[in-house]
Amino acid sequence: MRYLPALAAAVFAMAVWQTVVSLTDLPKFILPGPMLVAETWWKSRWLIAEHTLTTGIEVLIGLAAGAALGILTAIQLATSRMARVLVQPMLVFTQALPVFALAPILTLWLGYGLWSKVAMAVLIIYFPVTSSFFDGLMRTPPGYLDLARTMQATSRAVLWQIRVPAALPNLASGLRLAAVYAPIGAVIGEWVGASKGLGYLMLLANGRAKTDLMFAAMLTLGVLSVLLHIAVRKATAPMAGEAR
Amino acid sequence: MKPAPEITFVGQALLGSGQLFAPLSLTLLAGRWTCLLGGSGVGKSTVLRLMAGLQTDAVFDGTIRASDGADLAPRISYMAQDDLLLPWATVTQNITLGARLRGEKPDQARLKRLLERVRLTDHAQKKPAQLSGGQRQRVALARTLMEDKPVILLDEPFSALDAQTRAEMQELAVELLAGRTVLLVTHDPGEAARLGHAIMVMEQSGLTHCPPPETEVPRQVDDLETLAAQASLLRLLRGEAA
Repeated sequence: MRYLPALAAAVFAMAVWQTVVSLTDLPKFILPGPMLVAETWWKSRWLIAEHTLTTGIEVLIGLAAGAALGILTAIQLATSRMARVLVQPMLVFTQALPVFALAPILTLWLGYGLWSKVAMAVLIIYFPVTSSFFDGLMRTPPGYLDLARTMQATSRAVLWQIRVPAALPNLASGLRLAAVYAPIGAVIGEWVGASKGLGYLMLLANGRAKTDLMFAAMLTLGVLSVLLHIAVRKATAPMAGEAR
Repeated sequence: MKPAPEITFVGQALLGSGQLFAPLSLTLLAGRWTCLLGGSGVGKSTVLRLMAGLQTDAVFDGTIRASDGADLAPRISYMAQDDLLLPWATVTQNITLGARLRGEKPDQARLKRLLERVRLTDHAQKKPAQLSGGQRQRVALARTLMEDKPVILLDEPFSALDAQTRAEMQELAVELLAGRTVLLVTHDPGEAARLGHAIMVMEQSGLTHCPPPETEVPRQVDDLETLAAQASLLRLLRGEAA
């Protein structure tokens, strides 16, 4: 029932799309209609599945590695003033660099295979995860810290039993953002240089004027991202303090 | 529990270039309730926070001493207006927080006894969000008692509760904290009149000692002497002659 509005929106978008195609009579290599895209999708389903698997693996590894790296960095930053002074400005700077500019370099360093795409995904989600979790760790309600102090708590215990649990809702929102960003990172990596993956397939189809196949790949990527987002949202619900 | 000491607080607090409160001398009688009454912003919470060894915006110039000369910090337990219950932890986990934060094993027998005394045995596994305001404050009281410290610092712990619950909590606290040196910071003259073995009104210029009613605490809310004390405390707070 909860997905009914989303379904309605999808149907509406398809209808608009089909109307535009029918009214303008654009050639199908410019704008293929939804029916044609669906047909192509079905015909090329094994091809698309193979490339989806590649992109999926890149995204999942990237998401796990980026999240782990972000979590560790946030904890390090929150516990060490030295780390804050040395690392924080650098973190902001890396975020200021467009990932597009880094993609060729990563491909040069890590090759055309899986790892340059994983690195792109990691790079793009590292900052949102780190920064949201770090913010949460630095904003522990001061009353909790007062209480812990009067209880003669060690700073280690305060970190693990109070600051980290209090920051989990922030981490959850960082991870949810990461789930949306990670596929973007992987696809950018594939555009720059790859022989597999949905990004590669889109580029290939576009180059050969197989616009219908490009649309099919693109929509598959969209669905993959949405599914990932839903999965991460569900998985982080207890962290965010929802459905308790 | 170790014997409760008497505590002497002597000093002033400076805030920026000005003075938060003038030099004052406050003594907490051993094993008794001392009520520090005052309006907002006079620095009464600062006095309590200084005793608790907590950070304040003010700079303290003075001394805080226990009558036996030993260090105060490991002997205090603190309770605030906000119950400060961790929302992700159960009632039991909240009550045993101190032990968990020090890496000690909580005393299960003591926990069980305390849960019974604050009437929360049936709620032991619940999360704070499932409890009422009064129940939450009883958990906070149990957590304070679980620490088994001889000095208890209470920073308006009952002021957010409704009138009935507040009266109940006051009685429960007096019963459970008997024999400990208690500082209660409050803005409620009625609360000070009910609970104080010693009552002080704090103003920027200093402390005024007010004689408490002679009856035993917790005093009845309709006790005439208590009501008279409450009225004179209120007059004092409003700057009228007592």
